[in-house]
Amino acid sequence: MISVRGLTKRFGSTAVLDGIDLDIAEGERVVVIGPSGTGKSTLLRCLNFLDRPEAGTIEVGETSVDVARATKREILSLRRATAFVFQNYALFANKTAKENIMEALVTVQGRPRDEAERRALEVLAETGLAEKADSYPAALSGGQQQRVGIGRAMAIGAELMLFDEPTSALDPEWVGEVLDLMRRVAEQRQTMLIVTHEMQFAREIADRVIFMEGGRIVEQGPPGQLLEAPRDERLRRFLRRVT
Amino acid sequence: MRALDLDYMLGLVPVILGYVPLTLFMAAVAMLCALVLASLLAVERVIRVPGLDWLVVLFISFFRGTPLLVQLFLFYYGLPQVLSFLTQINGVTAAIMGLTLHFSAYMAEAIRAAITGVDRSQWEAAQSIGMTQGQMMRRIVLPQAGRIAAPTLVNYFIDMIKGTSLAFTLGVTEMMGATQKEASGSFLYFEAFLVVAVLYWIIVEVLSQGQKQLETHLNRAYAR
Repeated sequence: MISVRGLTKRFGSTAVLDGIDLDIAEGERVVVIGPSGTGKSTLLRCLNFLDRPEAGTIEVGETSVDVARATKREILSLRRATAFVFQNYALFANKTAKENIMEALVTVQGRPRDEAERRALEVLAETGLAEKADSYPAALSGGQQQRVGIGRAMAIGAELMLFDEPTSALDPEWVGEVLDLMRRVAEQRQTMLIVTHEMQFAREIADRVIFMEGGRIVEQGPPGQLLEAPRDERLRRFLRRVT
Repeated sequence: MRALDLDYMLGLVPVILGYVPLTLFMAAVAMLCALVLASLLAVERVIRVPGLDWLVVLFISFFRGTPLLVQLFLFYYGLPQVLSFLTQINGVTAAIMGLTLHFSAYMAEAIRAAITGVDRSQWEAAQSIGMTQGQMMRRIVLPQAGRIAAPTLVNYFIDMIKGTSLAFTLGVTEMMGATQKEASGSFLYFEAFLVVAVLYWIIVEVLSQGQKQLETHLNRAYAR
C-alpha cells in the first residue's frame, strides 16, 4: 500500500508538484499521463528522493516519511522500498548486465554473491537477455539496455516500481520489446507507477490512469473511462493532441 | 673534447641497476598511498564536508604551492626538531611521506575533475537503489572517475619515479645517490650521470608501454 499526502515540490517560485494526494493499492498498475513539464517525472523522482520534495508525507509499505524532516536513514529506506527505471536507462557503465542487477542485491541488501548471481541470471532469463549476462552496457542496444534496467529494478523486489518514460529515449524499433517486458512485469501483479506517452499500452495494462497538469492530479479513473470519456476539458485537449 | 669512457659506463650499469628496486619501491609505495589520500581529498572536495573543506583546500594549496625539495627538507631536517618522535624517521620513509603528500595534492585535483566528469545518471542510478554516499563513491563513481583520470595519474607516477631521485638529498642511496658516489670516486661525472639518465629514461619508457595496456584494460567496458 502506497500513500502520498500533500506532496509539494518547488523549483524557485513555481510549484512543480502542488500538493499531490495519491493512494496506490498493492498490485495496482497506475499510469500517469499529461503534457510535458507538468510534474509527472518530478512526482516519480520525489517518491524516490532523487528530487527532494519540500512538504508532504510518503508511505511505502512499512516506511513512512514526513519529507520536510526526512533523515538520511528514512531516505535510504524509502529508496530501498522503491525501484526506479530511468528514461536514459542509467545502467552502471562500469558493470556488466549481470553485475548491474547484482549490485543492489549485494551492496545494498547484503545478500551473498552466489545467491545474487543466481537471482541476476534468473532475471536476465526473464528479460530474454541470458546470453548478454557478461556484456557491458556500451555493447548493448538501447532496447537491451532498458530491459536490463527493468531487470535491475525487478530483482530488488521493491514494493513499488517507478517507470519514468521508459521508452521515450528509444529508437522506435526497440519500443516493442521494452513494452512487452513491462507487460510481463505487470502480469506478476507488481505494483507499478508508470509515466508514459504510450496510450495504447496504458489502455492495456493500467488499472487506473492519472492525468496531471500544472503539478496537480486533474482527473483519474480506469483507462476505459478516462481515455474514452474524459470529463475535463484540458484532458480532452491533451488526448486529441496525442492520439 | 675527450672520448667517452665506454668501459666505465658499461661497468656502472649493473651497479646502478642494483638500486632500481629501491627507487621503484619508493615510487610504488608513495603512489599507492597518494592514490588513497588523493581519492579521499577529491571526494571531500566534491561533497564538501562542512568544517573540513577549508582544511583540504589549504592542504592542496600548500603542497601544490611549494617545491617538493623544500617539502622533503622540511620533513626530514626540520620537523624532527619540533616533533621529537620524528627523530627516528629514516630517509626512505621521509621521502615516501614527502612524495605521497606532494603528489596527492596534484592527483586530488585530477581525480576531483574526473569525478565531476562522471555522468549524472550514474549517481542517480546508485542513489535510486538505496546506496549510501560511501557505497556510491566506492562502487560506481570512483571506478569510473579512475578511468577518466588514468592517463593523468600515470603521468604523475612517472613524475614520481623521477622525483625519488631527490631522496639522495636525504642521504638515501638510491639510483641517483649511488651514481653520485660512483662519480665522485672516478671523477667521470659526464659518463656516470649519462648512464643514470638513460636508465631513468628506460624505466619510464617501459612504464609508458604499460600505460597503453592499462588504458585498453580500463576501456574494455566501453567498447562497442
